[in-house]
Amino acid sequence: MSSIPVSRADYRLPLHRRRKLVNAIALALSLAAMAFGLVWLVWILWDTLILGAKGIGIATFTESTPPPNAEGGGLANAIVGSLIMVLAATAVGTPIGILAGIYLAEYGQRTWLGHLTRFINDILLSAPSIVIGLFVYAAIVAKTRTFSGYAGVIALALIVVPVVVRTTENMLQLIPNSLREAAVALGAPKWVMIMRVTLKAARAGVVTGVLLALARIAGETAPLLFTSLSNQFFSLDLRDPMANLPVTIFKFAMSPFANWQQMAWAGVFLITVGVLALNILARVLFRQKH
Amino acid sequence: MDAAVARPLMALDQERIKMKVSDLNFYYGKFQALKNINLQIPEKKVTAFIGPSGCGKSTLLRVFNRMYELYPEQRAEGEVQVDGENILTSKEDVALIRAKIGMVFQKPTPFPMSIYDNIAFGVRLFEKLSKSTTDDRVEWALRKAALWNEVKDKLSQSGTSLSGGQQQRLCIARGIAVRPEIILFDEPCSALDPISTAKIEELIDELKSDYTVAIVTHNMQQAARVSDYTAYMYLGELMEFGETDQIFIKPTRKETEDYITGRFG
Repeated sequence: MSSIPVSRADYRLPLHRRRKLVNAIALALSLAAMAFGLVWLVWILWDTLILGAKGIGIATFTESTPPPNAEGGGLANAIVGSLIMVLAATAVGTPIGILAGIYLAEYGQRTWLGHLTRFINDILLSAPSIVIGLFVYAAIVAKTRTFSGYAGVIALALIVVPVVVRTTENMLQLIPNSLREAAVALGAPKWVMIMRVTLKAARAGVVTGVLLALARIAGETAPLLFTSLSNQFFSLDLRDPMANLPVTIFKFAMSPFANWQQMAWAGVFLITVGVLALNILARVLFRQKH
Repeated sequence: MDAAVARPLMALDQERIKMKVSDLNFYYGKFQALKNINLQIPEKKVTAFIGPSGCGKSTLLRVFNRMYELYPEQRAEGEVQVDGENILTSKEDVALIRAKIGMVFQKPTPFPMSIYDNIAFGVRLFEKLSKSTTDDRVEWALRKAALWNEVKDKLSQSGTSLSGGQQQRLCIARGIAVRPEIILFDEPCSALDPISTAKIEELIDELKSDYTVAIVTHNMQQAARVSDYTAYMYLGELMEFGETDQIFIKPTRKETEDYITGRFG
């Protein structure tokens, strides 16, 4: 056999230079793409900050929405209504989503029911939220003959479920099989393995998914427009129409009244800050684990 | 039949047989990974499985506790009798079988919980123990796995915070803490330094007074040091099985000798 000579430096250099050039171009392009995205984000944040912060005061959190062209007033009814419905929808949707995600990742991986569930979940995940709003309108509001907080909660929960299903399944799939084997090798039944080992190992990711779902529904308008509608007054009764930030913003921003428009900006500001905080929290949680 | 062949069989005759493998075939989908394995594993002895990569030794070990069942495309035919009962077709819950036949894997897999709970997890599955008895068991297992001195002051820390070698010893401790009748070691020392390896070998030697041990290893010296019986496998077949001294000093087959002496493998 002939010997293989040592590769010479002057032979390596041209290829190396070329690779460095390609690297620099690729880096420049991705930086440009990032800058393009950031410009809009910063612009949006800046506008909401400037226009929204002006309208924020103590009254925003203590007083309910005012009539047109009146002095004072706040968003207390909308803030509380949003909080109640968003939290209730998350509380309803999260367990269903996590259980379905566990089924898909740990039991139904390659079964027909698993494939079917995954397919339907993907459709639900990409369904326009207005479709979900109209569905709940037809299924509940039209039957009960009243807009209600309950209907709003159901519509929002329908958005939470597919997001949580997807993230739970994906996060469980990231757990290596060696961990599952180690648990069953000790004689652990499958449900113990899932609850105590795999779900626990995936918990940061699963919680992140729940937080992102929460952030998503916090700003949804369409599903609430046809379900909980809005309420001028402070109400904690889920059987009645319930005020919420997105629909209030929609209503106030489209109105010709200056005080309503200002209040809409304040609402936009609150939602943006809330969603931003949730996203940051999700990032921090996820990073701790990975 | 000459004396060299007869001797290991005679020696094995004098042992109590814990596990008897008969006509075992194993398939990964269409690929046949084990071909007609017949083997007897004696009780309270260490049996080593050696052979080149891909020869099926780890696969064989994974049949012994039905680990392959987690994967629908894997399938075993034949019999694996433990104390006379075929565990492959047993009506007994597979969890109970696995509690009886423990396994330590090649790569460390600490659970996402404290060092203490990593050990107590398996123990609590089948035993209701008081806090102090559990504490004692955890300490016992960690001492046996040569890890106690390094972790005794941080038992509540996460198991994943340990170094790779420490994690592996944690997994060994976890495996022995449930005190299975048979312990399967799948290359337990491949991630360990020589000192830890020596301690694990010491542990294996100690374990055989109460437990039946089967160990897969790539390390020929390790097989020679720790085992009483050795099985040499090649391409899914059991080429030779006998007393370790016999296999290492005077193997009956040329292939075994070539592998052991490093001419092949």
